[in-house]
Amino acid sequence: MDKLKALIARRKLFDRIFSVIGLLALTIGLLTLMALILDLATDGLPRLSWDFFTSFPSRFASKAGILSAWVGTTLVMLVTAMTAVPLGIAAGLYLEEYAPKNWMTALIEINIANLAAVPSIVYGLMAIGLFVYTFHLGQSILTAGLTLALLILPMVIIATREAVRAIPSNIREAAYALGATRWQTVRDHVLPYSTGGILTGVIIALSRAIGESAPLIAIGALSFIAFLPTPPISAEPPFLSFQWLMDQFTVMPIQMFNWVSRPQEEFHHNAAAAGLVLLGMTLVMNGIAIWIRYRFRKRIKW
Amino acid sequence: MAASLSAHATRSRLRHLRERLVESLLFLAALSSVAITIGIVGVLVVESAGFFKHVSLLDFLTDTQWTPLFDDAHYGILPLMAGTLVTTSIALVVAIPLGTITAIYLSEYAGYRTREIVKPLMELLSAVPTVVYGYFALLFVTPLLQKLLPGLPGFNMLSAGIVIGVMIIPYVSSVSEDAIRAVPMHLRESSYAMGATRLQTSLRVVIPAALSGIAAAYILGISRAIGETMVVAIAAGMQPNLTWNPMEPAATITAYIVQVSLGDLPHGTIGYQTIFAAGLTLLLMTLVFNIAGFVLRKRFRQVY
Repeated sequence: MDKLKALIARRKLFDRIFSVIGLLALTIGLLTLMALILDLATDGLPRLSWDFFTSFPSRFASKAGILSAWVGTTLVMLVTAMTAVPLGIAAGLYLEEYAPKNWMTALIEINIANLAAVPSIVYGLMAIGLFVYTFHLGQSILTAGLTLALLILPMVIIATREAVRAIPSNIREAAYALGATRWQTVRDHVLPYSTGGILTGVIIALSRAIGESAPLIAIGALSFIAFLPTPPISAEPPFLSFQWLMDQFTVMPIQMFNWVSRPQEEFHHNAAAAGLVLLGMTLVMNGIAIWIRYRFRKRIKW
Repeated sequence: MAASLSAHATRSRLRHLRERLVESLLFLAALSSVAITIGIVGVLVVESAGFFKHVSLLDFLTDTQWTPLFDDAHYGILPLMAGTLVTTSIALVVAIPLGTITAIYLSEYAGYRTREIVKPLMELLSAVPTVVYGYFALLFVTPLLQKLLPGLPGFNMLSAGIVIGVMIIPYVSSVSEDAIRAVPMHLRESSYAMGATRLQTSLRVVIPAALSGIAAAYILGISRAIGETMVVAIAAGMQPNLTWNPMEPAATITAYIVQVSLGDLPHGTIGYQTIFAAGLTLLLMTLVFNIAGFVLRKRFRQVY
C-alpha cells in the first residue's frame, strides 16, 4: 500500500514538474521577444527623431534617415494590396462557393498549399526571370509590389476560405429561397459576413509583406536611394501620374539590412532605429488584426 | 403581356450572362495561383538549364567547393547544402522541444485565459520581420554566446540557427496544438478514469494519437528553416564553407543567392545562372518536405 502511495506521489510530482517545464518553454519564447524589443530600443531609441524620418540615407551615420525607405515601403505595399487583395478574395470565393469537386479544383488546392511553403527568396528569383527580364518592368516599385503580392496571395486565399467556410449554410439557403442568384448571395450575404475574417487575414499577410526583404534583394532593389519616386499627384493636368510605378526604390527592411551589414557601430544604431520603426509597424498591424478577430467573434452569434 | 414576358426573358438572360461572367472571373483568379507555380518552375528550370550546359550534374552534386565567382571556378553545391543543413538542424534542436512542450502545455495544462492571452503573443514571434531577427542574432545573441564560448567568431551558424529556431516555434506549436486538440476527448477521459495523471495521459495517449499531425508540424518548421534567408545572410557570414561545425561561419543556399543579388553580375552570365541552380535545389528540398507533410496531414485527418 505504501508502495502504491509512493508511486502515485511520484506520478503527481512528475505532473507538476512538467507543468513548470511547460511554463518555462512558454516564457523562453516570450522572453526572447522581450529581449529583442529591449535590445532594439536601447540601441535605436536615441536615434529616433523627426530628422530620422525626413532624411535620405547618407555616408554619415548621424545624418542618415529613412525617408526614401518608408516612402518606398508605403508605395510598394499599395501595389501589393491592390493586387493581392482582390485576386486572393476572388480565388478564395471561387474555391469555397463555386468550385465543383473535380481534378481541376484538387489541383488548385494542392497548388496553393504548396505555394504557401515556397521560400520567399524563390519568389524573388521568379520575379527577376519574369517581371524584370521577360516583361521588362525593371527593378521598379511595380515589380516589387507584384512580387510581394504573389508571395502573400496564398495567405489571402487561405484566410478568405476560412472566413467564408465559417458562415452557416442556412444563410445561403435563405438567400436562394428568395430567388437570389449565386453571385447575389455571395455579394450581399457571404462577403459582408466574412469581412472580419478576411480583413484579419489580409492585414496579417500585409504585415508579413512589409517585413519581407529577401525577394526584393533578389530582384536587385538598391539600398542607397537618395531621391523620392515621382509624386503620384501633380498640380498640372493630368493631375494623376503613374510614373512612380516604374521608379527605383528601397524599402525599410532593405535599408535596415544595409545598415546592419556595415562594420561601424553608428550604422548599427541606425539599423536598430529602423528596426524599431519596422517592428512597430508590424506589431501595430498584428494588434489591429487580433482586435478585429476578437471584435467580430464577439459580435456575430449564429 | 407578351411584351412583358419577353422583357422578363431578356432580363433573365442578362442575369444569367452576368452570373457566368462573374464565375469565369473568379475561376481565373483561382487559376492564377497555378500560373504562379508554372512561372516559378519555368524560370528556375530555364535558367538552370543554361547553368547545367556548363556544369555537369555530377560536378554540381559531388564537388566540394563552391567558388563560381573565382577564376578557378568550382560549382559544387555541397558547401551550401551543408550550411543549410547545419543551421536548419540547430533551429530544429531549439524549436522542436520548445514548440512541442508549448503545444502540450497550452492544450492540456493551461486554462482558457492563459491560452487566449499567450497564443496571440506567441504568434507575434513569427510576425517579427526576419531582418530584425538577423540584427538580434548578430548583435545580441552572438555577443552573448561569445561570453559562454570564447573564440566564437562574429559570424557563426550557431547563433543564426538558434534565432531561426525561436522564430519557428509558433509554426511548430500552433500546428501541433491543432493536431493535439483534434484528439477526441473520450480518449483523454478514459485515461483519466484509469487514474493516469495529465502527464501520463499527454505522453501515452494524446501524443501517440496526434503523432502524424505533430510530425506535419515539424516538417512545416523544417521547410521554414531551410528557406530562411535574412537571419543567415546577416549573422552566419556569406562565405561558402564545407563544415559541420556550427561554431564556424558558412553560407547557406539562401545566403549565397542574397550575396550574388547584392553584387552587379550581368544577367545571362554563368555566375548569375548559379543563383537559379541554387534556387532550384532549394525548391526541390522544400518540395520533398512539403509532400511528406501533406501525406502525413492526410493520414492524421483520417484517423478518427
